[in-house]
Amino acid sequence: MDFQFLIELTINGALTGLMYSLVALGIVLIYKSSGVPNLAQGAMVMLAAYIVWIFAGLLGTPILVAVFMALVGMFLFGMFTERFLLRKMVGQPIIMVVMLTLGLESLLRGIGPGLLGAAPKSLDLGLDMMPIIIGDVFINREYLVGGLIGAAMVGLSLLFFRTRLGTKLRAVSDNHISSWSVGISVERAVAISWGLAGISAVAAGAMWGSVQGVDWTLTALLFPAVAVVILGGLDSIYGVLIAGLIVGILGSVIPGYVDPLVGGGTRDVVTSLIILLTIMFRPHGIFGREDIERV
Amino acid sequence: MFYRLSGIHHTRYESARALWPVTADRRIILGLLLLALAAPFLLSDLYLTSYMLPWLIWTAAALSLTLLMGIAGQLHFGFAAVMAIGAYTSIHLTRAGVPFELALLGAGLMAALIGCLFGAAALRVKGLYLVMATLAMQYLVEWTIINVPAISGGAQATLSTPDVTFLFVPLQSDGALYYTALLWTVVVTLLIMNIKRSSFGRALVAVRDKDFAASVIGVNPLKYKLLAFFASSFLGGVTGAVLAFCYYQAVTPEQFGFNVSIQLVAMVLVGGLGSVIGAYLGAGFVLLLPIVLTNLLAFVAQFDLIPISFNLLSHIPLMVYGALIIGVILFEPLGLAKIYDNIRKYFLVWPFRHTQS
Repeated sequence: MDFQFLIELTINGALTGLMYSLVALGIVLIYKSSGVPNLAQGAMVMLAAYIVWIFAGLLGTPILVAVFMALVGMFLFGMFTERFLLRKMVGQPIIMVVMLTLGLESLLRGIGPGLLGAAPKSLDLGLDMMPIIIGDVFINREYLVGGLIGAAMVGLSLLFFRTRLGTKLRAVSDNHISSWSVGISVERAVAISWGLAGISAVAAGAMWGSVQGVDWTLTALLFPAVAVVILGGLDSIYGVLIAGLIVGILGSVIPGYVDPLVGGGTRDVVTSLIILLTIMFRPHGIFGREDIERV
Repeated sequence: MFYRLSGIHHTRYESARALWPVTADRRIILGLLLLALAAPFLLSDLYLTSYMLPWLIWTAAALSLTLLMGIAGQLHFGFAAVMAIGAYTSIHLTRAGVPFELALLGAGLMAALIGCLFGAAALRVKGLYLVMATLAMQYLVEWTIINVPAISGGAQATLSTPDVTFLFVPLQSDGALYYTALLWTVVVTLLIMNIKRSSFGRALVAVRDKDFAASVIGVNPLKYKLLAFFASSFLGGVTGAVLAFCYYQAVTPEQFGFNVSIQLVAMVLVGGLGSVIGAYLGAGFVLLLPIVLTNLLAFVAQFDLIPISFNLLSHIPLMVYGALIIGVILFEPLGLAKIYDNIRKYFLVWPFRHTQS
């Protein structure tokens, strides 16, 4: 067994996993506050990447300005989505909510590439393309930056939940009716969590857009992100970090050894199996809160 | 105006429980059936094979899914995989020399067996987690089909259907294909309508509404959930085989991908969960509206009034389809079947406003 190959796969897998966490963070933020599984998060990541590209690639503004504009745009987009789409869904069965977000996903997937052209666009964040070499191990520099940003975003959200606003959000995630009764505006809290999901989509969109180009394939990040969210627990921010690492490492090491034997595509199989096994053995994930159903 | 209930007094339970208790309804259904039978003589070949035929087959698929999602309340986001199993099984069976009629049965049984594996997840979890589990299984089935050459004939391969005869009629002419699809859709429709009024259907509805409450009144939820998955997957598998033989005639794994699963759920939801007429309307809408709108825009683009690029045009179906789902869910969560019902009730007593039922 080639030990160095294993290390390389593990490190790069862990970094990819942290970048999955960036996408997954948005889903968890929304689910935590409102119980809505946002299956449009992949499309939001794509939209954010397109906005960054419009400013940085098309208009030629500095990358920081582009990211800032995207942050503002996606925050507003998240709030508007909540206000005009999801708020009307309160009390509807889960299938309606799931399909609404999937409908939004397909709408965005049509609008983005439809208006801006379907060909992949390269997004240059000004990062050095040379891999970092430690010993004999190659580490992709973009993945490293992305992984660090992922870890930082998760850390920031953890800190955010300790602020005054964050405490309100935690109260809302606990129970809507009791939050209302102590004077917290649940609607605003949910809208803010959608805005925050938009912001995390910008981070994910910029990093993934720079790694694999900006086009509709960014929406496919939804699938590993869902695996991360299910494994970590739908309402746990710690879970995103840990599960991101697990999904990333397994999704890199196993295909690394098995792909040559079966002819590719094992990464999706690993992701599917993670989802399935988690749901069969521990549906609420590693850190998630168990739902108790009462008659 | 269209009050068709006058003079109808049911004096026996049998007549009240009939599939169509109202004479006018029976006449309408008979008329529609005659129209459907006459379609090959009324429509051009293009309309018959590229609109009517897929519409009928997808309706059968939507009906099979609505049995599971609408009546039994089990969410299923991997139904395209079930249909793929049916399609591939039937092709391999007919290639091995099995008669087509038996191959259809085999396709249904195979899909039902593997569909019950999907159902195993339903015994453990429900709601959102069931969505995720079936979604993961869709990927697994897809991957297995692609990566096992014995099933798909290689990664990029298309598998063409052999020439078969169905009930002594060779399935070659457009008419034979159309009548086969029509027959299957009518069978599925009658089956679902009868399930809805039988004790089996009522047990499924009880499980849908509250599974532990159902178990309190003596309906075993585990058994009925599995039965629902079995029945629905059986129908889905045969529909997949009919789709492969009557419409595609050469199957690739992409024709049964994740997007198709979502499309099927959209048909059921746009039409109205658990409604038979909704499956017809939903399949028609989801299938045809994007095509119609694209054609319309292409027509407008000819005059150069608004610049519409080819790229935009090719993404219109996706947008329309997304907007359609969002619109229906926001404005009429009960789907097109409810809209149809509202219109019908409005005209029931037309010059006046209010109806009793």
